[in-house]
Amino acid sequence: MRGTRLAASPGGVMRKIILPAGIAARMFLLLIAVSILSFILITESPIDPLTSYVGAESTLSEAAKDEIAAHWGLNDPAPERYLKWAGNLLRGDFGVSITYKRPVIDIIRERFSYSVVLMMIAWALSGVLGFAMGICAGLRRGGVFDKAVKTFCLVLQSAPTFWLGLLALSFFSVTLGWFPIGMAAPIGKPAVDVTFADRAYHLILPVLTLTVASIGKITLYTRQKLIEMMDGNFILFARARGETTGQLTRRHLIRNIALPAVTVQFASFSELFGGMALAETVFSYPGIGTATTAAALNGDVPLLLGIALFSALFVFAGNLIANILYGVLDPGLKAGGDYV
Amino acid sequence: MSEERASARQGEPDRTILSVRNLGISFGMYQKGLKRTFLPVIRSLCLDVRAGEILAVIGSSGSGKSLLAHAILGILPGNAAVSGEIRYRGETLTKRRRERYRGTEIMLIPQSPDYLDPLMRVGKQVVGTHGDKAKLREAFARYGLAPETERMYPFKLSGGMARRVLISTALVGDPKLIIADEPTPGLSAELAKGTFAHFREMADNGVAVLLITHDVDLALGFSDRIAALYAGTTMEIAPTSDFRAGKNALRHPYSKAFIDALPQNGFRPIAGAQPYAGDLPEGCLFAGRCPERTDECAGAAPIRRLRGGEVRCIHAT
Repeated sequence: MRGTRLAASPGGVMRKIILPAGIAARMFLLLIAVSILSFILITESPIDPLTSYVGAESTLSEAAKDEIAAHWGLNDPAPERYLKWAGNLLRGDFGVSITYKRPVIDIIRERFSYSVVLMMIAWALSGVLGFAMGICAGLRRGGVFDKAVKTFCLVLQSAPTFWLGLLALSFFSVTLGWFPIGMAAPIGKPAVDVTFADRAYHLILPVLTLTVASIGKITLYTRQKLIEMMDGNFILFARARGETTGQLTRRHLIRNIALPAVTVQFASFSELFGGMALAETVFSYPGIGTATTAAALNGDVPLLLGIALFSALFVFAGNLIANILYGVLDPGLKAGGDYV
Repeated sequence: MSEERASARQGEPDRTILSVRNLGISFGMYQKGLKRTFLPVIRSLCLDVRAGEILAVIGSSGSGKSLLAHAILGILPGNAAVSGEIRYRGETLTKRRRERYRGTEIMLIPQSPDYLDPLMRVGKQVVGTHGDKAKLREAFARYGLAPETERMYPFKLSGGMARRVLISTALVGDPKLIIADEPTPGLSAELAKGTFAHFREMADNGVAVLLITHDVDLALGFSDRIAALYAGTTMEIAPTSDFRAGKNALRHPYSKAFIDALPQNGFRPIAGAQPYAGDLPEGCLFAGRCPERTDECAGAAPIRRLRGGEVRCIHAT
């Protein structure tokens, strides 16, 4: 009732405009903050953009180097350099990558398309499997399966992604020879000849690694929530009204736990991003992760800054979706309308 | 009204639906490391409810009233240890029988709206897994809940509506025993009275009603017998008429003090507080506050029959 009244009133119309505007403003503020912070970090780091550009063993004369530095504005004060860079960003100019000698925006676009596939599959798989595992473990709390799941998750939580990746590589690719040892397509095959099957085949191990690396959190979270909820009043009442454990699970538990679990899973976008960077590097998968590593190793300032901004955007999107879904799944919040 | 029925019942066969004998509930707790101790919250609790009557269970907060309800239904938390015997229609209420009867014959009316699943529409929830829709409509109509209520989520219900929804849950099956745990807080005086009247009507139709309540006035008005609980045990069970007649008709010093403390009887409290479950005295649990205490009260105080009721006091006459 409250919701309909709001939508019908002028206030409801205002809300429809103000809400997206508020989100956009928040996103913009976030990007400004991230850009300032990454800019400061880069300028304070030992990376010298000039050396990165011309190479450490360059035969260029000092005078020529000074000229390039002056041309790039490297001697200007930091705030001025930041504003200049930010102004270019606003015009869509992210600069040119030193590593790849191509516009940063092109590289990010291309690399993201590879990474998004990897991340989304691993994200969905870890979410669905982790949720199911958490429910099963929580329902048989203290049982063999529960103990196994708990141990498995705690070990995984503390295992670094790159180590899992190396383990998977050495076992499945080297020892068993089931999977390729890296890349996104067969080596030496022309890009036009690469089939969907080739791509999928090369994705399996990185996806597996990333899924396993990020499944622990959601599993343990779901398990914990379920255990808490089992003692909750509405579960007690449903049980007192003759519902079996199976009915309790289907009718009450899954929906009530899915709500916070989905939020946790979306909010873990940031960790997924970190895990992806490591997994990609181990598997030489040509996504944004390997680009980040390459950019960092080569002191590729424009690319690093560009990636930092896009990662922030990505994580922001994850959290935003979590908030919106919260409203969709929880009827109480939907009517209130203040969930974003 | 209740007196006639009570006397008419004398010659009949056993109509006991629920019988609780020496019920004990304790909670296992870990103290200082791994030492496990048991906190006895309820002990030697005895009562029975017959078909066609309302047994009101009264007693101060913390006397174990809700736990009694949860123990009968088998929904105590995992760290609770239960002793004693609960019989339903002459049979020991085993885990299997409990699973068969709850939701079909034994109905719980819980004490607060957060016993409803916040993410399930009210109608679907009230019908549950054993109820039927026609009975739901009937119950809603009886309690003045509009048909739209079925489509609502619990957060949209007002306090009074939520209460009525909870009470409706007991009517979607074929109840033989209704355990109502504080069903009236949050209801208007009118509606609370209506609720009790409805319990009365159900009882008159043969249902056994175990009514756990703080509302002593309504209990006095609508119940057949009253069980007074103190520190997790039954102190006295007596016909409601005795409670209505005043302290001289009662048997136990606690129920006498209880009656004295009612507003209409001058609000006279007695000194002291209910003992903490972890620190119970030997012998009679009420001895610490009892005006008629003697040295013998430190010994065992078994429950015994007296003047058509039951009392746990060695001095009661």
